[in-house]
Amino acid sequence: MADQIILNHVTKRFTTKTLGDIVAVDDFNLSVHEGECFSFLGPSGCGKSTTLRMIAGFEDLTEGEIELCGRLVSSSRKNLYVPPEERGLGMVFQAFAVWPHMNVFENVAFPLRIQKVNKTEITKRVNEALHHTSLTGLENVFPGDLSGGQQQRIALARAIVTNPKVMLLDEPLSNLDPKLRETMRFEIKALQRKFNFTIIFVTHDQSEAMAISDRMMVCDMGKIMQIDTPENLYNKPCNRFVHNFLGESTFINVEIRDGKAYPAGHGEQALDLQIPQDAAKKMVVATRPNEISLTGPGEGGFASHIEKRIFLTDRTEYLVPVGDQLLKVQTPHRVTFSQGEACAVHLVDPMWYPADDEAAEKERARRQLV
Amino acid sequence: MANVKFEDITFRYGSNTVLEHFSLNVESGTIVCLVGPSGCGKTTLVRALLGLIKPETGSITVGDRVLYSAQKRINVPAEKRNIGIVFQDYAVWPHMTVVENVSYPLKKQRVPKNEIRKRAMRALEQVHMTEYANHLPNQLSGGQQQRVAIARALVVDSDVLVMDEPITNLDAKLREEMLLEIRMIQKRLNATILYITHDQQSALQLCDKMAIMEQNGVLCQYGTDEEIILRPANRFTFEFIGVSNFIPVVKDGAQMMLDCGEKIAYPGEVPPEAAAGGYEMGVRPNDVVFDKNSPLKARVDSRVFLGSEYNYFLSLGSRQVRVQQSMLDARTRGIAQEGETVGIRFLNTRFYPLKKGAETA
Amino acid sequence: MKKYGGVSAELAAVDGRKRLNMDKIMTALCFVLLLIIVVVPIFMIIYNAFFFEGKLDVRMFVEQLTEPNNLGAMWNTLKIAALTTVLGTIMGVFYAWLLGRSDIPAKGLMRALFNIPYMFPPFLGAMAWDMMFNGRSGYINKWLVQVFGLSSMPININSVWGIVFVEVSYYFPFVFMQVVSALERMDPTLEESARIAGAKQRQVIWKITLPLVKPAISAGALLILTTSLAHFGVPAILGYAKRIYTLPTRIYEVIYNSGGSFDGIRQGAAISVMLVVVVALALILQNRILSAGSYDIIKGKSMRPTLIKLRGAKIPLLLLAILTLVMIVIVPLVMIVLISFLKAYGLPLEFKNFTFAQYEKVFSANGTIASIRNSLFVSITAGIICMFLGTLVAYVVQKIKPKGKGVLEVVSMLPYAIPGTVLSIGVILAWSGRIAGINLYNTIWIILVAYLARYLSFSMKTSSAALLQVHSSLEEAARVCGASHTESLADITLPLIRPAMVSGFFLIFLPAMREVTTSILLYGPYTRTLGVQIYSLRDAGMIPQAAALATVAIGIIIILNTLVTKLTKDKKGV
Repeated sequence: MADQIILNHVTKRFTTKTLGDIVAVDDFNLSVHEGECFSFLGPSGCGKSTTLRMIAGFEDLTEGEIELCGRLVSSSRKNLYVPPEERGLGMVFQAFAVWPHMNVFENVAFPLRIQKVNKTEITKRVNEALHHTSLTGLENVFPGDLSGGQQQRIALARAIVTNPKVMLLDEPLSNLDPKLRETMRFEIKALQRKFNFTIIFVTHDQSEAMAISDRMMVCDMGKIMQIDTPENLYNKPCNRFVHNFLGESTFINVEIRDGKAYPAGHGEQALDLQIPQDAAKKMVVATRPNEISLTGPGEGGFASHIEKRIFLTDRTEYLVPVGDQLLKVQTPHRVTFSQGEACAVHLVDPMWYPADDEAAEKERARRQLV
Repeated sequence: MANVKFEDITFRYGSNTVLEHFSLNVESGTIVCLVGPSGCGKTTLVRALLGLIKPETGSITVGDRVLYSAQKRINVPAEKRNIGIVFQDYAVWPHMTVVENVSYPLKKQRVPKNEIRKRAMRALEQVHMTEYANHLPNQLSGGQQQRVAIARALVVDSDVLVMDEPITNLDAKLREEMLLEIRMIQKRLNATILYITHDQQSALQLCDKMAIMEQNGVLCQYGTDEEIILRPANRFTFEFIGVSNFIPVVKDGAQMMLDCGEKIAYPGEVPPEAAAGGYEMGVRPNDVVFDKNSPLKARVDSRVFLGSEYNYFLSLGSRQVRVQQSMLDARTRGIAQEGETVGIRFLNTRFYPLKKGAETA
Repeated sequence: MKKYGGVSAELAAVDGRKRLNMDKIMTALCFVLLLIIVVVPIFMIIYNAFFFEGKLDVRMFVEQLTEPNNLGAMWNTLKIAALTTVLGTIMGVFYAWLLGRSDIPAKGLMRALFNIPYMFPPFLGAMAWDMMFNGRSGYINKWLVQVFGLSSMPININSVWGIVFVEVSYYFPFVFMQVVSALERMDPTLEESARIAGAKQRQVIWKITLPLVKPAISAGALLILTTSLAHFGVPAILGYAKRIYTLPTRIYEVIYNSGGSFDGIRQGAAISVMLVVVVALALILQNRILSAGSYDIIKGKSMRPTLIKLRGAKIPLLLLAILTLVMIVIVPLVMIVLISFLKAYGLPLEFKNFTFAQYEKVFSANGTIASIRNSLFVSITAGIICMFLGTLVAYVVQKIKPKGKGVLEVVSMLPYAIPGTVLSIGVILAWSGRIAGINLYNTIWIILVAYLARYLSFSMKTSSAALLQVHSSLEEAARVCGASHTESLADITLPLIRPAMVSGFFLIFLPAMREVTTSILLYGPYTRTLGVQIYSLRDAGMIPQAAALATVAIGIIIILNTLVTKLTKDKKGV
């Protein structure tokens, strides 16, 4: 697989009146393979959108180089900047950005008209694009009369009609209702299989990113945190931030004494866990509420009781004291404990992070206030 | 505080019947969540309780005080009903400061001036808003505005507190915090709260009891969260409260079969009333588990990794079955591949009479 | 918990009867007032144009319709309006794009400055330009002849093109303001997606940006068209010298020449019908165009649009913008101030000819002082009455929603579409003794009545918009808190729309202060308004004195505007 999009030491700095210098994108290095669906995932302000806009050519870079399909398109060193219209990309925006003064056909035909493609060819290719986005029959309708989902389909049709090698999707599903989001996700994947383009998908929704991507990049505060497949990212997050961002997390602060992990607090009961070799004195054990199994007492595990039970629509949530912390555990409804009942907690293969990660978390919160 | 009793309430907009012979008793000192899809008449019920509309039949009683009775021709005007309300958009008056907002109901009750201030500040204290007493609402966040609305509803010692979707405009995290806060305020005051929402999730997190309403104002089930979750009384409640699969069951000789285009033998128990036929089986996606020893075989059409779970679509005969496999389950039993044929087992099945037209679905 | 000993059934009055009564009174009041203020004058025009002594008689109407002078005036009106619209639109769009999409410096300041021509009374501008480029005696004309040894005056402002020039310079902000705000609200990704589709910057402007702001452009353009069609001041000041008439000045001429006789007024009414037809056609056109193209171009994510780098053109374009501002704001202002210091009109603009005598005359003459007082009185009174009446109509239409609310809405908006001159004739016909013996002619009240009709829609619009913002749950919350219907109205609704009511007041008060079109036909010997007084002084040849009063008027307008901006800045509520 060839690398189709290469970012080399890409950095973007802004100077603002109130905050001084801000590094929006700090030394990004990544390469996206041909035919891959690659997501940029992170909270707002993490630099994902700025990176996408630099690839599209709407922003120049402070430092670094961007290569698209083997062609250098942005380079701070060579002072090279190819304008967006010459990069040969397809792009879909969050707010659809379909032109309300043109009907569906004209919207999709626009890129071809700009390229001065002949009329019969335009009709043929537009009809084909409309067919693949289930818009056939709506040629003469104006976008204002269509639903959000249909408008986003127009944007997709407009993006595929020129048959681009690379498709940039900037939060394309955020303005749609949850049900439609799932359908559109399948449709985007189907289009990709059909037209065989490379996708960069920007989103802040981790489950959406995991559902659609082959690989993804998680970033935070202008820095790349981790790049990997969705399953690896979810199961082996490199730090506490990624762990927390990729799904509901539950953390236990532990102290290592005599080769055993004691939850913070006065408890004398240790967690039933294998301690990693490089463990410091204070660690954080990270797991997810639905990966903890609850059993009756006497089946091993960490003995405790049910402090509180909350029924949710698709699962039951239990709060279980561990040391002086409350552990959140989620089980299917069929696993029933009643409030106050004794139980045992089994952590299955949790992650271990150094406790000073917490300081980084606090720093993060502080910087977000600014 | 007092209990609220709706009896035989009927209300129509023109020819459109919103509520028909609706009865419900909200016990004193509890939070009851009135849950239903939009258009089920729950807001109409609240407006009737507040005296903003007039039902055709029935009566509304709070404690021992009759607020409305069609029969006795009683209709206490809205301003004299002594019911606190928190509207969906808070309806905090933007031209008054926080403390002016909270004082207003007392002013209208002609409470002496020095007492007004005292009681208003006490109400603000209950919602932890004293330090914002002199702020204007537009200087507050959504959550804070909501607290002002609650304080305003609390300040007159209302008999009942009604909350109409008060947290739908907040983001998820704040929503959770506000629910906790409402719970705490309720405990502190031992208040009777009627909480209206279309969001089952927050209702479950908050309520002592839930009333599930179906379209056209029919009360489906009234009970504790445990009753509703573990023993949904009918198909509507089961379907409304979470994602579900339904498959009709038919009798073929002595054997119960699942009607999936072709008929497939059902390996489990079927309750006697369902054995006569005309019933369907409901099962939650996370109660469908993979078990290679099960005689029930299905094909995996698609699998999507969603982080906390894998989402599958299986074909069982011509029916599509949705499966959610938690990560814990995935790690212990392993995941299924697309295109593979797997054995499945249904846990926690429920049986309900067939919905009309469901066979053709 | 509170106790209710026995207070249950006793309190149980069926709510609603009382409220219905109050609502009904308010509704009835609206209908009656609108009938008197709006419907009667309009009816009188139509009646008198086509009926004489109680019988249908179209002879006079046909006579007026075929009169060559009137046809010429109609032709001029159309020509001037069309040219003003086209040129004003081009200018407005150009500057809107420059400020909205290019990287020209000092945007905020420039934007504020471009709004100034909008406050400046156009007829004062016309006066200034006449002083400079009058075909016989314009100061700059004379200077040019002297310097270049020309045989005739090089520029003649007293021409159709002169009128168009002055109108364009004061009306282009209509388009400018609409388009600038449309550009600001536009989702920048609409333009970006065109770049991605392969379009060059220039193609994006023509194929995407301009078509998308077309509704804003047409809205502004049609506002220019209707305003210009009905405008009196500029053609009156620049056109009379060369006998160039438009329909509004022709109406004035006919009535003025007849000495205000009933016959003259009837002729005026007949010509008015012609003008109303023209304006009505323009408004129908407006509705057609506006309803055809209302797109949703509001932005989703907040993002700044990519600004177009002007590079080498930046400085020349900046200079052009500054020059424009100087030409249409500073130059006329300076000219009026200079002339106001002259001992006599026609003397060279040299220091030895300067004096304060004109200001002394202005402030000692009873007529001028009275005109300032009159204008203040009518404007404030009309402002206050319209503020309450407009709010009342808005409340009835928005909240009570009685049968016939559509009629209420149309009737209250009607005068907005009727030229001031025409409205004046209607008011004269109605209130000079023909109905119930009420004769207001030659009193200040007739001007007030005309202002009420003319400006009612302004306050009604602002109050309506504000009432729409007051969600019904705010009033309901008050009811539940123990307030009666009346109390919730007084405690909640009115305070919430108070800022809108106040701005409605100023929306009426400010234009009324500089108004001339309506009052020019209504004033009596002791009831001149500020605008009329300036116009009359100038008409009587006392140009420096007119300039002095104009300077005072401009001063008052600037002070009031500053006050308004200060006052409306800190407001609470909706």
